[in-house]
Amino acid sequence: MPKDGGIGASSKRREDIRFLTGAGNYTDDINLRGQAYVFFLRSDIAHGTINNIDTSAAEGMPGVVKVFTAADFAGVGGMPCGWQVTDKHGEVMQEPGHPILATGKVRHVGEPIAAVVAETLAQARDAAEAIDVDITELPAVIDMKDALKADAPKVHDDLKNNLCYDWGFVEENKAAVEEAFQNAAHVTTLELRNNRLVANPMEPRVAVGDFARGTGDHTLYTTSQNPHVIRLLMGAFVLGIPEHKLRVVAPDVGGGFGTKIFHYQEEAFVTFAAKACNRPVKWTSSRTEAFMSDAHGRDHVTTIQLALDADNNFTALRTDTHANMGAYLSTFAPSVPTWLHGTLMAGNYKTPLIYVNVKAVFTNTVPVDAYRGAGRPEATFQLERVIDKAAIELGVDAIELRRQNFITEFPYATPVAVEYDTGDYVATMDKLTEIADLAGFEARRKESEARGKLRGLGVNCYIEACGIAPSNLVGQLGARAGLYESATVRVNATGGLVVMTGSHSHGQGHETAFPQVIAEMIGIDESMIEIVHGDTANTPMGMGTYGSRSIAVGGSAMVRATEKIIAKAKKIASHLLEASESDIELKDGAFSVAGTDKSVAWGDVTLAAYVPHNYPLEDIEPGLEETAFYDPSNFTYPSGAYACEVEVDRDTGQVTIERFSAADDFGNIINPMIVSGQVHGGIAQGIGQALLENCAYDENGQLLSASYMDYAMPRAYDMPFFSVDHSCQTPCTHNPLGVKGCGEAGAIGSPPAVVGAVVDALRSAGKDVTHVNMPLSPSRVWAAMQ
Amino acid sequence: MTQVKMTVNGKAASGDVEGRTLLAQFLRDSQGLTGTHVGCDTSQCGACVVHVDGKAVKACTMLALEADGAEVSTIEGQANADGSLNVIQQAFQDHHGLQCGFCTPGMVMSAAALLKDNPKPTETEVRDYLEGNICRCTGYHNIVKAILAASGQDVSAIAAE
Repeated sequence: MPKDGGIGASSKRREDIRFLTGAGNYTDDINLRGQAYVFFLRSDIAHGTINNIDTSAAEGMPGVVKVFTAADFAGVGGMPCGWQVTDKHGEVMQEPGHPILATGKVRHVGEPIAAVVAETLAQARDAAEAIDVDITELPAVIDMKDALKADAPKVHDDLKNNLCYDWGFVEENKAAVEEAFQNAAHVTTLELRNNRLVANPMEPRVAVGDFARGTGDHTLYTTSQNPHVIRLLMGAFVLGIPEHKLRVVAPDVGGGFGTKIFHYQEEAFVTFAAKACNRPVKWTSSRTEAFMSDAHGRDHVTTIQLALDADNNFTALRTDTHANMGAYLSTFAPSVPTWLHGTLMAGNYKTPLIYVNVKAVFTNTVPVDAYRGAGRPEATFQLERVIDKAAIELGVDAIELRRQNFITEFPYATPVAVEYDTGDYVATMDKLTEIADLAGFEARRKESEARGKLRGLGVNCYIEACGIAPSNLVGQLGARAGLYESATVRVNATGGLVVMTGSHSHGQGHETAFPQVIAEMIGIDESMIEIVHGDTANTPMGMGTYGSRSIAVGGSAMVRATEKIIAKAKKIASHLLEASESDIELKDGAFSVAGTDKSVAWGDVTLAAYVPHNYPLEDIEPGLEETAFYDPSNFTYPSGAYACEVEVDRDTGQVTIERFSAADDFGNIINPMIVSGQVHGGIAQGIGQALLENCAYDENGQLLSASYMDYAMPRAYDMPFFSVDHSCQTPCTHNPLGVKGCGEAGAIGSPPAVVGAVVDALRSAGKDVTHVNMPLSPSRVWAAMQ
Repeated sequence: MTQVKMTVNGKAASGDVEGRTLLAQFLRDSQGLTGTHVGCDTSQCGACVVHVDGKAVKACTMLALEADGAEVSTIEGQANADGSLNVIQQAFQDHHGLQCGFCTPGMVMSAAALLKDNPKPTETEVRDYLEGNICRCTGYHNIVKAILAASGQDVSAIAAE
């Protein structure tokens, strides 16, 4: 029987009302009195030396307020990188400067060179066309392996070469891994590419800067997943504005998927320009601009090798990955191919020895950073694909090969430095077998074949580390930030609550799910609880939403703050009830004295806190408001098993997804409806990566896929109805809700299932195919069939 | 600048526009109707879909001047007279057919146009009709389900939640 409220209920989302009636408040909906508009002149070449920028004609154009170039930012800091990786030789990564506007050189198509602030956007755009930029084009480096050649052009002249770092993990295991490969009964080797993607939240980025001359206060309205992080990075490292003079507001945000984590030049620009021009300045990205200025995702090239013994037990794993950083280091870019990738290479399997080598490379392309899953999809993809290939080579069932090697005892310390607290990979595989009706696959294949189609099945597992992250641990790993979360719970006199959270909702439904937790804890109606987020002026310092961390870290902070509220309320209740505090019980929104019929309602206690006429003033302060910061002691480890069935058209290579099933273990679940929605969206992005999406550059660094004409976004007809299940629940042992997080799972678990299914379909027609690189476009699949 | 006059959500609306002003810009900037969203610049994402004289139109691809004298309806005009959600809007909430909400106005307006012409569409018809509306959050599962439910069809057999 479904619950109708509290933890575990599929409460309908309250935020939907405003979104469904056009009453949302997205950043582009914000218009300030006297606002001017900025248009950025962006580089249309990938690599070149800037000889001269002549803005004189533009400055005289109608409506122009001011034209900015790099010279206007002398004395202002560059864009900071939030993570410093140390390489396998103990050297810190090469970290180039990252100016707000291109300085001396341009290093990727889309890099802002100059900016025009004008009365209207059209005037700004017109004037930008009158700027004369003299650039000497230089050879561009696009391919990562080319970029590492001794004679390769350097993206940054002041660095030794184009290698950001050469990371080995775990370096101490390397010799033992080599030995295990020497002794292996079988070694499977797979080379693959994890294609470059663009996150493409449907709301393009927007930033509005405002400056109050009277007080010296700055305000930035921006499309961010973490306004406090932007306040800290931009204030401390770029513009030198102390946090108490800088407010960052991220109102309704139309999707993020990682790309709205990072601090971008445009945010710093509008904040700076609002003061320089003494009026609000607004920037709204076009979609084409988004393609060449939003941080991209993925773009790894990997060789993975799996060693097995004569009984098909995994004995060792080693990988060699080139990870594209693009032209500059985006905010968290260095962490993605390292600590968010290498630490997940054990997957769901008890492989005892693992060595991961990652070379991060600068190229003349848009910076690459976290995109939904961030490092974990890349880890899962290569591991699950090499297992499929090993099963083909050994002639064994790929699911059985996985089952044989599953980790079955928890906690489990992997050889790649993390400890899984809980999981049950047998249970999720069993559940998948049931919901995907794997037993019926052969009959469905025959039915497809009768219609002239090839049909294939792909099954794989995934694990991810989320609930990011223990601050002391990530500090050791190079993070220049803590990764706690915060909540302030304010109880009003009449009993309603306002929760001010450092988490940020940009589609995840926090305004609905978070109150479910507190309603359950206190025993009151969800409608009595309001969530406030996205404004540094009225929320405690928080780290925001990414890495499937909101309920696991932000939710835990909220639980801790609510526990403090309940503890104080019990003290007040014990006074009102003239009973011992230890005898006070809270149930269904009322405090009672154990073993008696004496009770006092929640609202009476909250009223007493603010009208303390009959109140233990000598013992406790009036009021009922508490703050908690929660720093997790470990990551959380959601896991699952996914199955994809495809049909392949023999004549065209067209792939259609016929069935997609996902059995996930997210630990405890607050709102099953929202969780399913998160999985659906993640799967669609994974199918998009596997079949459709590809961010492509030509050899000169021209971005070939810079609009929805060229970048194949998944449409409704590309997707089936999904079958998702999250009834397998091994609760997290180290956070108060037992939750693990669900935001990225779908995007992590689905690409190998799709590729596996297509390979299986081709093999059913007798083709000796073991892998096809993503995206599996009709031309690639057709070529693989020839 | 040229003055345009039209009816928007049943009320007279007018403003001075440049020749290049798009209907989406007129609605958002001149009329303050910010529920119509702009998510691309190539007329593909569909976040800006409105109805002009009863037909679904991408407001980023029509000049404001072209809508002179027209009857325009936007997401702000879709709720019932008492302010409650209409059948399509309610189905989107009931079936979790939206997450970030940015594509939602266009989805609701397209769904209304579909159901007007085809009151009982099949799943395939719904998916094909939504070619011009991109959602990045939902994987379309719950959008398609919501539209089928709004058409009065039984969606209880469609996978959970």
